[in-house]
Amino acid sequence: MTVSPRAIAVAAPIAVGVLVLLAWQAACRLWHIPPYLMPAPTDIGASLAANGPALLHALRSTLAVTMAALAISVAGGVLSAFLLVQSRLIETSLMPYVIIMQVTPIVAIAPLIIILVKATMPALVVCATLIAIFPIISNTLQGLRSVDPGLESFFRMHKASRLQMLLRLRIPSALPMFMAGLRISSGLALVGAVVAEFVAGTGGSSAGLAYEILQSGFQMDIPRMFAALALITVAGLVLYGATAALQRLVLRRWQAQG
Amino acid sequence: MLAPAPTIHLQSVEKVFPNGVRGLAPLDLAVGQGELVSLIGPSGCGKSTLLKLIANLHQPSGGAVRWWGEDFSAIGREGRRLSFVFQDPTLMPWSNVATNVRLPLDLDGVPRAQAEARIMPALRQVGLEHAAKRYPAQLSGGMRMRVSIARALVTRPDLLLMDEPFGALDEFTRNRLDEDMARLCARDGLTTIFVTHSLYEAAFLSSRVIVMAADPGRIHAEYVIDPGMPRDEAFRMSDAFARICRDLTALLSEVSPHRAGEDGL
Ligand SMILES: Nc1ncnc2c1ncn2[C@@H]1O[C@H](COP(=O)(O)OP(=O)(O)OP(=O)(O)O)[C@@H](O)[C@H]1O
Ligand SMILES: [Mg+2]
Repeated sequence: MTVSPRAIAVAAPIAVGVLVLLAWQAACRLWHIPPYLMPAPTDIGASLAANGPALLHALRSTLAVTMAALAISVAGGVLSAFLLVQSRLIETSLMPYVIIMQVTPIVAIAPLIIILVKATMPALVVCATLIAIFPIISNTLQGLRSVDPGLESFFRMHKASRLQMLLRLRIPSALPMFMAGLRISSGLALVGAVVAEFVAGTGGSSAGLAYEILQSGFQMDIPRMFAALALITVAGLVLYGATAALQRLVLRRWQAQG
Repeated sequence: MLAPAPTIHLQSVEKVFPNGVRGLAPLDLAVGQGELVSLIGPSGCGKSTLLKLIANLHQPSGGAVRWWGEDFSAIGREGRRLSFVFQDPTLMPWSNVATNVRLPLDLDGVPRAQAEARIMPALRQVGLEHAAKRYPAQLSGGMRMRVSIARALVTRPDLLLMDEPFGALDEFTRNRLDEDMARLCARDGLTTIFVTHSLYEAAFLSSRVIVMAADPGRIHAEYVIDPGMPRDEAFRMSDAFARICRDLTALLSEVSPHRAGEDGL
């Protein structure tokens, strides 16, 4: 009997996950580890069920920040890349600042942003965008530059206009790199949203999952902390999966079908 | 009566690259209507440079290139069309075969309906009418090269420039494509300049072979082949073909960087 590699690719990680969860559960029960030290998976599940509405509300807030940051990163990142690719002078003048923005730890500037931008939600979005935008800029820029020189000669030989070059050569050439950047950015936007929430530490109606984690820590409600953490992980996985699927969809004809 | 201007006329054309490398020493070359001229010679002798000068992808450092007795601005007009086939297929991986073939017509501003009508005949010329909807990644190397040739033919060029178009293909595929090329060029009276590494390919296709030498790039010799001979499988097996190949081998050995008596590899 042969098993397809695809099936293995799905089944094997699931098997590992189930085994780890079983071992975790067994260890907690066997050695009677109290839930406030290390909750068993069933404790986390119970907490997830009990605090469902509150946690989902927090998840919605975090996702709202994430998606807003991702959308702004895509729009702003692509526009920046187009601006930078216009001339070497623009790129050499501005690129250092793009890099400075990238290397400055967001945790270090988040408090400043939160003071400057009064409203909480926009402040969080700004922080998350600052993290997520860089891969979009650098990948799109590299993509716009990665034009096949032979094809470029062909376009030039046929006296193609600047617009034709852009629409029919540069943008399609940049697509694979852009998609790879989008995949990285979607994860970073979530990280940025959570980090910003931690720094802001804001509660209230727009409290996100990071606030849930902080609160649970103060109240020693460790299962709830893990439940919030699990939701962040699942959200990250779904985002990754969605962008990967989008990437496959957009680029399916580029690669040979296996 | 005035003789018609040659299709291509290079007058003391010279190329020195910005880094000081002398790609081509001043050389003269005239190619007439309907000729199939091959450029052959050791690597680095300036074959691609010469072709790019003719395609206006390089500017000469000295001398002048004339197309039908005019300058490059005339290119693209009716009766003055030029197509270039690169060594690699250089297809757009994001577009299917039909769209790839249509590209030069789109760039030249041919109306869409008119352009669409010309795709299938061009694909038929290279035997790929069944592959119009496929994507480059789904084709073999030989098929991609044929798409590239269809893209060059779809503009109904008057001058076809090819830079080692079949260099990456196996001998079997290459021979078949050579036969197709010979047939197409003869049928349409196409003026063709063809760069190759293979003297057999040059012998098979050409009405004239230009043997080039390196350091600096220059024309070493010209070898004329009776264009009246039908270029088919029988020609490849004939004594005439064997003699041409022998002559070309002798000419090439004169420009080889590894002359007899010198150390090889
Ligand atoms: N853009 C360039 N800048 C500087 N030197 C160049 C450039 N293009 C080609 N050359 C040089 O000019 C010479 C001729 O190059 P060319 O590519 O025309 O050779 P070729 O005959 O086509 O060789 P091959 O058979 O390997 O393709 C070489 O010495 C090469 O190094
Ligand atoms: Mg070359």
